[in-house]
Amino acid sequence: MSILIDENSRVVVQGLTGREGQFHALRNKAYGTNVVAGTRPGKGGENVEGIPIFDTIKDAVSETNADVALTFVPPSFAKEAVLEAAFGGCKLIVCITEGIPAKDEAEMYDILKKETDSLLLGPNCPGLISPGKANVGIMPHEITLPGNIGVVSRSGTLTYQAVHELTKLNIGQSTCIGIGGDPVPGMSFIDVIEKFEKDDDTNGIVMIGEIGGTAEEEAAEYIKKNISKPVVSYIAGVTAPPGKKMGHAGAIVSGNKGTAKVKIQELTSAGATVVKTPTEIGEAMKEAISG
Amino acid sequence: MDLFEYQGKLLYKEFDIKHPNSKLLKNLIEIQESVELSYPIVVKAQVQVGGRGKAGGIKIANNHEELIKYSDEIMGMDIKGHIVEILLLEEASKILEEYYISFTLDRSEKKYLIMLSSKGGMDIEKVAEDNPDDLIKHHIGASEELTEDIIHEIIGKAKLNQEYTKSITDIIQNLFLMFVKGDCDLVEVNPLAITDAGVMALDSKVALDMNAKYKHSYFEDFEKEIPIPESEKNAKEKGLNFIKLDGSVGIIGNGAGLVMSTLDVVAENGGNAANFLDIGGGAKAETVSAALEVLEADKNVKSVLINIFGGITRCDLVAEGIVEATKGKDLVWPIVIRLDGTNSSEGLEILKNNPNEKIFIEESMDSAARLAVERGA
Repeated sequence: MSILIDENSRVVVQGLTGREGQFHALRNKAYGTNVVAGTRPGKGGENVEGIPIFDTIKDAVSETNADVALTFVPPSFAKEAVLEAAFGGCKLIVCITEGIPAKDEAEMYDILKKETDSLLLGPNCPGLISPGKANVGIMPHEITLPGNIGVVSRSGTLTYQAVHELTKLNIGQSTCIGIGGDPVPGMSFIDVIEKFEKDDDTNGIVMIGEIGGTAEEEAAEYIKKNISKPVVSYIAGVTAPPGKKMGHAGAIVSGNKGTAKVKIQELTSAGATVVKTPTEIGEAMKEAISG
Repeated sequence: MDLFEYQGKLLYKEFDIKHPNSKLLKNLIEIQESVELSYPIVVKAQVQVGGRGKAGGIKIANNHEELIKYSDEIMGMDIKGHIVEILLLEEASKILEEYYISFTLDRSEKKYLIMLSSKGGMDIEKVAEDNPDDLIKHHIGASEELTEDIIHEIIGKAKLNQEYTKSITDIIQNLFLMFVKGDCDLVEVNPLAITDAGVMALDSKVALDMNAKYKHSYFEDFEKEIPIPESEKNAKEKGLNFIKLDGSVGIIGNGAGLVMSTLDVVAENGGNAANFLDIGGGAKAETVSAALEVLEADKNVKSVLINIFGGITRCDLVAEGIVEATKGKDLVWPIVIRLDGTNSSEGLEILKNNPNEKIFIEESMDSAARLAVERGA
């Protein structure tokens, strides 16, 4: 098994006719993903290398039974596109788009949560891959290997780095997920590791975090209480200069949290193995699952 | 992007938020004869750093003579490394009560957060720590409305003067509108004051969400008025995400997470990074040569580490950029390169075919960092 996507997922691509959308959708398709449709208002009836285009998500879903939306539309249209996908019946929406205003993200999140049961991954994320089954997003599948480790990360390139370290040691992955680093991400670390814990084919979890925000601290608390599988973690930004604080308001909200030191401490005390460099992720996981 | 106080107040005007009458001063000649404001006038240094009051950057002038004197003193002043080039002259109001209010996004709740306190005009972080009950926090979902009822409720909880409930409610509504419709990351007013001239926002601390630049034409105007550190100007013009640091190992990488991690690994190996430079996703050859040019300008750099993990970024294009920027050149410092991911074997081939005695290739991020630290020692 894997989480969120597998060989049965049926993907509709929003913005399939755009340069990036087309490039990655075709790569995903070539990997074996069921890319069943694309949308682009005004271009319904056309096709991109055999993938039919529809004017709306609703049409695409009723014609093709698509259940996962992959979004590449520009930032100014992203909120509407994600909501259209959710209300059109897609259960998972993967939003790659970078540069969406925070207010749009917050509003989109609030509406999704109150009015739908769709899950949103991203925005500003690399997507996810269940190796050997489906790739929905922009991750390079060449570095992955089918197996039993779940990978979740806030950063794109560090996700690749972590996956690469696992594959080098012949440790395969069940699903690799980039949740994105924007102010209001859809799925959080907790949402993803909860699914990894329940997944019978995931034996261990790699969690890659970075400085800023409190998502890692919250995940640490969750891991302590709810996760029985081994967790290997890496936090980037130990030596990074302190970022700007959002006035006094920001300082009050984040308190003493957000630094790499606090994140590492809390993850360690939650029972996770926290490594010092990404290169050590592979060995640490090898040890964790053999023990 | 953090705004100057006067820029925040231009937004107040736009959103009908009452604030003192004022004049912006860039040249002292403008007030030589007279000024169209009534005394007393507060002279405020416009700098993007806290503690200007203590540093002598705020003074109250009671007449024209004092206005000239104080303006002259404050203009050009160095406040924690920031030179004062702009003054804000404001009519001083008689303050009866001082409150604190802020609007921001609480990332862990994924909701907007309004904080209100009757203890304004002082260090609000200290209030939050010593008397947390004096700081009222209210979360609101981004698709919800901030109704009068909610505002009345928080005004009551914060124990603000009930006599002014109507004007405080109005100003809170407009500040919230400015926060949401104006795409601000932060709107913080300390103090929000009851004065003899009514309820007013006396200060402004505003940060804009630059992702929303396409929605508002004035974002760009504000941006032009904000000075960029000399060391980062060149990089900014080239569209690179660059931050100057104190060490000697120049860093180029793709993706903020990987670059941050590269700084850490350099430190693990006993070195110190000279900068943070993210060439982003999908970087082309030109981007890489531009990045190398930016590092050339930094005299502290002793060695360079290029750490690339190709996803959308293609390693062969990065390699072409490196060759283009270094071919036939007598390099000032050694460059250690690590390429992995999309098209890495093609990239390594390109580098091998264009050897340079100061370019070294390493297989892992750790060994590359180690060598870069060694070579720069």
